[in-house]
This record gives sequence, structure tokens and C-alpha cells, in this order.
Amino acid sequence: MTMIDYLPNIVFAIGLGVAIYFFSGNVKKIMRNIRLGKTVDRNDQKAERWKNMARIALGQSKMVRRPIAGFLHVIVYVGFVLINIELLEIVVDGLLGTHRVFAPFLGDFYNILIGSFEVFAALVLVAVILFWTRRNVVRIQRFSKAEMKGWPKLDADLILYFEIVLMSLFLTMNGADLAIQQNFPNAEHYQQAGAFPVSQWLLPWFTGMELTTLIAIERTAWWLHIFGIFGFLNYLYYSKHLHILLAFPNTYFANLSPKGRFENNASVTNEVKLMLDPNADPFAAGGETEEVESFGAAEVTDLTQIQLLNAYTCTECGRCTSECPANQTGKKLSPRKIMMDTRDRLTEVGNNMDKNNGSFADDGKKLLGDYITAEELWACTSCNACVQACPVDIDPLSIIMQMRQYLVMEESKAPSDLNNMMSNIENNGAPWPFNQQDRVNWAQEL
Amino acid sequence: MKVATLAECLAEGRSPEILFWVGCAGSFDERAKKITKAFVKLLHNAGVDFAVLGAEESCTGDPAKRSGNEFLFQMQAMTNIEVMNAYEVKKIVTTCPHCFNTLKNEYPELGGNYQVVHHTQLLRDLLNEGKLTIADGSFKGKRITFHDPCYLGRANGVYEAPRELIRKLDAELVEMKSCKSRGLCCGAGGAQMFKEPEPGNKDINIERTEQALETQPDLIAAGCPFCNTMLSDGVKNKEKEDVLPVMDIAEMIATAKDL
Ligand code: SF4
Ligand code: SF4
Repeated sequence: MTMIDYLPNIVFAIGLGVAIYFFSGNVKKIMRNIRLGKTVDRNDQKAERWKNMARIALGQSKMVRRPIAGFLHVIVYVGFVLINIELLEIVVDGLLGTHRVFAPFLGDFYNILIGSFEVFAALVLVAVILFWTRRNVVRIQRFSKAEMKGWPKLDADLILYFEIVLMSLFLTMNGADLAIQQNFPNAEHYQQAGAFPVSQWLLPWFTGMELTTLIAIERTAWWLHIFGIFGFLNYLYYSKHLHILLAFPNTYFANLSPKGRFENNASVTNEVKLMLDPNADPFAAGGETEEVESFGAAEVTDLTQIQLLNAYTCTECGRCTSECPANQTGKKLSPRKIMMDTRDRLTEVGNNMDKNNGSFADDGKKLLGDYITAEELWACTSCNACVQACPVDIDPLSIIMQMRQYLVMEESKAPSDLNNMMSNIENNGAPWPFNQQDRVNWAQEL
Repeated sequence: MKVATLAECLAEGRSPEILFWVGCAGSFDERAKKITKAFVKLLHNAGVDFAVLGAEESCTGDPAKRSGNEFLFQMQAMTNIEVMNAYEVKKIVTTCPHCFNTLKNEYPELGGNYQVVHHTQLLRDLLNEGKLTIADGSFKGKRITFHDPCYLGRANGVYEAPRELIRKLDAELVEMKSCKSRGLCCGAGGAQMFKEPEPGNKDINIERTEQALETQPDLIAAGCPFCNTMLSDGVKNKEKEDVLPVMDIAEMIATAKDL
């Protein structure tokens, strides 16, 4: 054999190497960016966390709360996982120059596998076309809100086209292979293997074709399919489709306590203790650093790593926004936009650091104000509908609350009604201007 | 009927089983005070050993926290905790889901560890234990829809206690199109109660009232003084206040018992 004979193997190995190289670069960037956030300890209750992940990410339990979208998504999801098994064979074939290398080892089981991949490929095709119809023909409301204009809309459609192309290539490749197996049983390299319940319907296309033509079709589809997948892998970084990977850590690290429980800010606790008890030891509860932290969040770096992971995981499905009472009644607030803004700003901060040798050069912008406005934040009723609705356990409310904290505690910028309410609490122990002594007056009316 | 404060109990050397946390709305708001009184009558009727804090009660800090004023919240929380711990409070019942949530979930970390229940949970238990009975059929066959308070439902997973009570009243429970974990907020939470809404095309309480009206109810049941106000306003806005009452579940049971 000469060098030329190994050319396909070499091209394949280079393609695979490049794909992995860029992909790991992207993964590193994401990890670096997430680490810009504050650390939180979410390593407790390990068993519960695994269960949460198994139920919600693996089991798609929150997806199916909307039955139509849920069902279609499960098909695409299962199809995706199954076809990844096939990918393993394709990679081995590509590297070794073999063809259907697993067939001799798996025997009849191989036929079952290939057959079921085909069935799923066809189901995925149908599901993806229905998804496209929901977005572009039926125009379901949550897909066409303000924050979905431009790239987010294109991204969602591109992925659907991508899937259609990939599935079609997969079936074409199998169909041509079947034609070769049937019409040219002695063709070198092509063994009798696989069951083709779907692509057999493509056979009429291939009738009368020469072996070389069939091989050309089969090979072209094979190469386009695998290079398409390499491309997809590296497209993830720019897309809401990161969720196919991040849904797993995101559900693992999700908040497991009751949704009504909001974090108590520990540095405030120290201060309050000092105020209430002048004899308290100021250094008792980890207060040894003199450095005064700012309260709440104005920038992505003020958020926690979990919140940043949330932002990368967001699927932009808009289930949160469609359940949000503020959004339903025409307010500017959209919990999905909160997540998308957080991700966009985080990416921007990351890119800025890449350009400036790893340190951030002030660009005069902030998450609060330049991306998320006070008007959005003050429209929230803290009802948790968004958190409940999110199929991957994202918590937009926690970001909203932290940003309100910044507005109030750092900038004293609460709406004036709320300032009145708060001074009433301070002075009278109630949000209204009543005298605390009168709290039990109702008892006289019994 | 006399309602004792914990201070009075202490002076008499008694330590009541349960503290009834009245809350700011329940103490001062004209509408909410009716709920307070109805609930107290039920507690008396069931022979529950309870007391209130009276002038020693202060806002839990919930609206301050949800507004972003963590400092004021913790000041309130720690002051309240100091008072309650001094009285060795063990169990708290409250008619306000916001107080319920804050006391139950946010006080423990600051040193306040109590068993906290919502009044619908306590009433359900009293009925199940036979300490409270409903004989009269004032709500029999009535179509009643229940509005889930966010801080009782989604925030703490309590959906069934209020519904069990409505069923015990022999009423026909009809659900709104978004209910339980998908229940729509009344628009009061997150300190919205105390401010004007942001610009939009509708008020949230109107949206929710419309959902309630779709069920063609004879009565809207609530479990939160703020939801109660929001929905009452919504019903008024629809000019239905004469035919469609908004009642707290405690008021319904008290009415059924003619208390
Ligand atoms: S918690 Fe706030 S953002 Fe989330 S659904 Fe409710 S109002 Fe909307
Ligand atoms: S936060 Fe969750 S529900 Fe909202 S758009 Fe993102 S993935 Fe969907």
C-alpha cells in the first residue's frame, strides 16, 4: 500500500483532531468564564443531586409537562443519543479504513442496532420538521418575543436545518450501501451487514446505477455526515444547543431547597449582629477580611458560578417567559432575556479578557443597566413560575433578586413607593404607617 | 373572647402550644383583619392552646428582602427571633403565606428554628383529628375555585391542604386553567403590593381574576391576605363584587360553623 491508500485515514484523523482541538478550546473557555463567578457550595446531598439529574436531564421529566413539545423533544433526544453509538463505529471505520467494523462482532444484534438507528433517524426527521413548523408556520408566541430576534431565531432554525441534513445524509449513506450490498454482492469492502427498514425505500433512486456511482454517493454522504457532526460539535459554543451537554451539570447543581427560600447574605448577617449586640465579636463568623464586599450583583462577576452555568445552559425555550405573570401582562420583564443577557455579557467579558492577555479591560459596560434594566427587575413578583417551568432547572429569579439588592443597597435606587414601605418597616415594624402598639387592636372587635 | 399575648402567658406562668403569627396585613388591613378574627374563632372553637405576640410582633422582613434590602430584612428577622427565642416558641401558625415562607425557610439560618405551618394545614389537621367539625352545609354544591398563593404553592409545595378543606365543605372545587404548580400569581408578591406596577398592557390581578371567572365560580377561595386584596380588586374591576365573594378558607369554615 502506498501513502495514497492511507489518504482517507489521514484526512479523517486530521478532521477528528481539529474538531477535538477546537472543541476542547471552547470547553476551556466556558469553564474559565464560569469560574469568573463566585463559588457556592453545592456539593451536599449527593444522592439527591444525582437523582435530580437522572430525573430532569436524563429522564426529561420537566420537558414532558408540555406534552407536544415534550414528546417531540424526547424523540430527538433519544435519536441523538442512539445515533451517537453509531458515531463510535463511524470514527473507528474512519481511522482504520474499515467499513461497518462492528458488524462481524455483533452479528444479528448489529442489524437490530442499525435498524433502530434508521427508525429513529426517520422519527427525528419528522420531529424536527414539526419543530420547524411550530416556529415558522404556527408561530408559537414564546418563540417570537422581542429577545428572540436576530441570532437567537437564526440559531434555532439553523440547528433544525442541520439536523434535517444530517439525518438525510445518514439515510442516503445507508440506502446507497444497501443498493451496493444487493446489486453488487461481491463489491470489495462492502459486506452484507445491517438492516435498513427506512432507507430501503430509497432503493428506487439507485436502480441502474454503476457500482462506482453508488460508492461515490455512499462515500460522499458518509464524509459529509461525519464532518457535519464535527462542525456541530464546534457550533455548540455559539448556540443555545450547549444545553445538550450542560443540562447534566446544571440539574446536578440545581437548588434543592424550597423555592421560597432566598439566600441570606452572610456579610449582612455579621453587620446586623454587630448592630444588635455591640459586644459581638466582629471576627467571629469569618469576618476576618476588612475588605467590604459589594452587595448584590451589577455584573456577571458578581453572580455565582451556578448562575453563570445556568446562563450557558439556557435553551431559550421561553417556557419561563410564557409562564411569567409580568410578561403575560405586557411588562418588559422576560426571565428568558435575563438568562440570555447574562450569557451574552459573560461571553463579552470572556472575549475581552482573551484580547487583553487574560485580564479584563474596562469597556464601560455592565450587565445591570446596559443589558438588564431596572424596569425589568422591578416588574418581578418573585412568584417562581419561571423556576418551576424551566425544563433544565434554571433559576432566573435568583439573578433578579441579586440585582435588586445591588440597586437598593449599593445605589439606593428603589422605587419611591418601596422606599416608603421600607421606612415604615424601619419605624413601625410594618409596611404601612401604623403604630406597632396597635397590632392587636383587632382582638377588641371579637 | 380574649386573645392572650405571650407576655401575658409568661406572667401567668403558661406557655401556649402555638404562636399565632398574625402578620402585618392581618393586624392592620381592614379586609385581612376579618380573616384574622375568623381564624381566631376557629382556634377557640377547636380548643387550641395559642397566643399572639401582640405589640411585640414586627414585620418578618419579607417585603424588604424581596425589594433587595437584605439589611433591613435581617434586622427585622433577628429582632423577631430574639423575641420568639426568649419565649421559647416551638410552633407557629400563620394566615399569611409570605410570613409562613420567611419564618419557615429564612429564619432558621439566622437562629430561629420553629415548626411553621400555614393556617390551612393546621385547620386540616384539626378537622382530621376531630377537634373541629363542619356540620352546616352553607357551601354545599357551590362552585368554588381556589387561587394558589405563590409562597404557599410553588415556594413550599403546599397544594392539598386548602383543597382538602374546600372538599370538606361539600363544595365543588373547580380548577382554573393555571393552577397548583402552574398557578398564576395574583400580582402582589415580591413587594409589588406596595408599589405601582411597571408599564404593561394589563394588571396581573385582572388577568388572574379573568382566569377565575372562566370557571364560573360562586366564590373565589384564597389563602393569603394579599391575594385576597388583589382578587377582590379584580372582581370589583369586573363589577362582580355583589355576586362573587372572595373569601379566605378560614372565613369560609367560620361561616359554615356560624361563628
Ligand atoms: S419570579 Fe419574576 S421573572 Fe419569574 S415568572 Fe415570576 S414574575 Fe416572572
Ligand atoms: S431559563 Fe429555562 S425555561 Fe427559560 S428559556 Fe432558558 S431553558 Fe427555557
